[in-house]
Amino acid sequence: MTRPAKIRCDACPVMCYIADGKTGACDRYANAGGQIIRCDPLTILDRRIAKGDEIKPFLAANWDGYTATGDDVTVSAIGAGTTYPDYKPAPFIVSREIAGVDCVTVVTEAIFSYCGVKVKIDTDRHLGAEAATVRAEGEAIGHVMTSEYGSQMLSLGGVDHLTGGSKAEGRTTCDALLQLCNKEAVELTVDGGSTVVVQAGQAPIVDGVREDRMRVGCGSATIGMFASQWKGLVDEVVVVDDHITGVVSEHQAGKVIDWPDTGIRIKGHRSTPGRYFKVAEPGQGWGGTNIEDPLTILGEWRADKGAKPGLRLLMVSTTGDHAAYFVLNDALEPDAAPMPQALQPSVDLIAQNCEPALCTVLFMGGAGGSLRSGVTENPVKLTNSVKAAQTKVTIGGAPVYRWPGGGITVMVDVTDVPDGAFGYVPTPALVAPLEFTVDRAAYEALGGHSTVIRTLSDVLETGGEYGADARIVGTAER
Amino acid sequence: MTAPQHALLPDCRLHLHHGPIDLIIGVEGSKRNACYRAACERFATVLQGLVAELSDLRQPLQNTRFSDPIARRMAQAVAPHGGVFVTPMAAVAGAVADEVLAAMITDHVPPKAYVNNGGDIALHLSGQRSFNARSPTADITITAEESARGIATSGWRGRSHSLGIADAVTVLARTAATADVAATLIANAVDVPGHPAVSRQPASALSPDSDLGERLVTTDVGPLPAADIAKALSGGAKVAQNMMNRGHILQAILSLQGQTNEVPLDL
Repeated sequence: MTRPAKIRCDACPVMCYIADGKTGACDRYANAGGQIIRCDPLTILDRRIAKGDEIKPFLAANWDGYTATGDDVTVSAIGAGTTYPDYKPAPFIVSREIAGVDCVTVVTEAIFSYCGVKVKIDTDRHLGAEAATVRAEGEAIGHVMTSEYGSQMLSLGGVDHLTGGSKAEGRTTCDALLQLCNKEAVELTVDGGSTVVVQAGQAPIVDGVREDRMRVGCGSATIGMFASQWKGLVDEVVVVDDHITGVVSEHQAGKVIDWPDTGIRIKGHRSTPGRYFKVAEPGQGWGGTNIEDPLTILGEWRADKGAKPGLRLLMVSTTGDHAAYFVLNDALEPDAAPMPQALQPSVDLIAQNCEPALCTVLFMGGAGGSLRSGVTENPVKLTNSVKAAQTKVTIGGAPVYRWPGGGITVMVDVTDVPDGAFGYVPTPALVAPLEFTVDRAAYEALGGHSTVIRTLSDVLETGGEYGADARIVGTAER
Repeated sequence: MTAPQHALLPDCRLHLHHGPIDLIIGVEGSKRNACYRAACERFATVLQGLVAELSDLRQPLQNTRFSDPIARRMAQAVAPHGGVFVTPMAAVAGAVADEVLAAMITDHVPPKAYVNNGGDIALHLSGQRSFNARSPTADITITAEESARGIATSGWRGRSHSLGIADAVTVLARTAATADVAATLIANAVDVPGHPAVSRQPASALSPDSDLGERLVTTDVGPLPAADIAKALSGGAKVAQNMMNRGHILQAILSLQGQTNEVPLDL
């Protein structure tokens, strides 16, 4: 067996020997095939990634004449190398033209001690009480926030979990945040609640069960939305739902359009007219209940309240996944019958209005004074310039929401950020790519480090302090 | 090559970084800025001082006379531990914390200060001040009256390699360097030799210039039967008790897969 080649890193005075594929003592520099690299090469984002083109590695040596100036390419901070704590300019201050304006993009990897993620989980299942502790691998990493429409919110991370608790808590929090930000799956448990597997852009898995679709609304709401479309096509509609099952003839939405009584009887706790709780137990059947045969929730039909032979009944689940059509026989028992063509579109409409259930992960962090000083010599000028919308802030090239008020506190949907863009330092804290884009004159007015501005083509050809490796994300072909 | 870097964190702690060293420093009281200046000044030459004697520091202690003050702290911390493989590198993190703390409070003495070097922490406390830390079993509070001024944690999951399988061994001692080397050696002694659930690799395969050379370091520990966990922990606790009897450490908390042992036991 031959020993892997080891080489010497000169990024700091320790001058570690690093084996191929390993990092040095700092975990920041690595040996990749005999070359010392920052753990991520500088990444250039092609705006045409929006078209869904595949991510392609790019090597400066194979530059094919594709012009990198202009609106198509954003210089991202992924792999720029951090200057933290900054008393020197950010690693890349790149001059390029956007729409005829000489623009300056300042790119740096920012260490966010003050950071976390806000997670939205599309599910109607109760994940846990508000403020309940959320754990990863047994360590407290956050808490349950509010329930929102059809979804539940978690707040994970934050400086108290990262650095305010035990070493294990900080490390576990950092690990979980890093995985979530890099679009990997993380299993979370809620004290007194559920276990949920969260992955950005993917369906949540609650207590081992994958949530596929978000329902339009509860059974009652579905009745409200579709009652007028059913009028005349069918005599009774039951929308089966684990939360609130709706019955159109009894429901207020039916009453206002003079829907006649049908003598139907639902086995369950009536809440208000046409709305029933607990028609069954929760499960994998109709509308999140354990029902396989929907007729089991119906009692005897009452002739004195309007039941008659030939009465047409539609039963449908809140997601439109299940639907069945029945006609009452002479004994006032529902017999299954083929779904009339006229009714099918309303069932399809329910299904169409159900959106895929997803987990959404928003990274949230604040850019502090030291980070801003890597960009300009007067940090507050940068803050004010961002607020005045003169300087654009992006994370890994993705647009951010900036919170009003003091400082530069931003949120970004991690699915908009290229894969593997987030890193960490053992502080523990997350490292995120951060870019400030401003036109050159304004940058100089901000007190920017104008002496170290380089052209985009120079950065692409010669790279930064560590390696000329750059890659274009998105296609770079003509 | 990058120079030492410093930054004030938003909560007024100081972050110093150079190569593999990250220090988080806190000072209470009106002398904070003066202390931070002193810390930055001392930190400027920490790494270069160590690097100059690195090859000797990676060898078990011989009769080397180290000229760098941190190297001397490291040598002093490992000196009492004969009969077991250890190099001064086992004390490097704690010794850096001790040195920067000492430099920081030489001219201006604040009521409370600490230097946290990746979990190996040097403390200064006076009056009614106390320092709170969390361990796998309980919160640790150190008051000014107590003699502990160093806290260190070691385990196979940490940044340095371990010969043992402890998830974490936290040690309180009079200095961070002493706590550091003790935590390393106690964590090494928490072991179940030859157990199939434990994966190991030569240290040199992971880090070519590791002071541990070809010694096998732990890379993964699968679930262990409760009896093996207890046996491994008691092996570590015995080493810890011995260190306590000899006056090197004040307290140790050992944890492995949910079980913990404490030395001394009556705490």
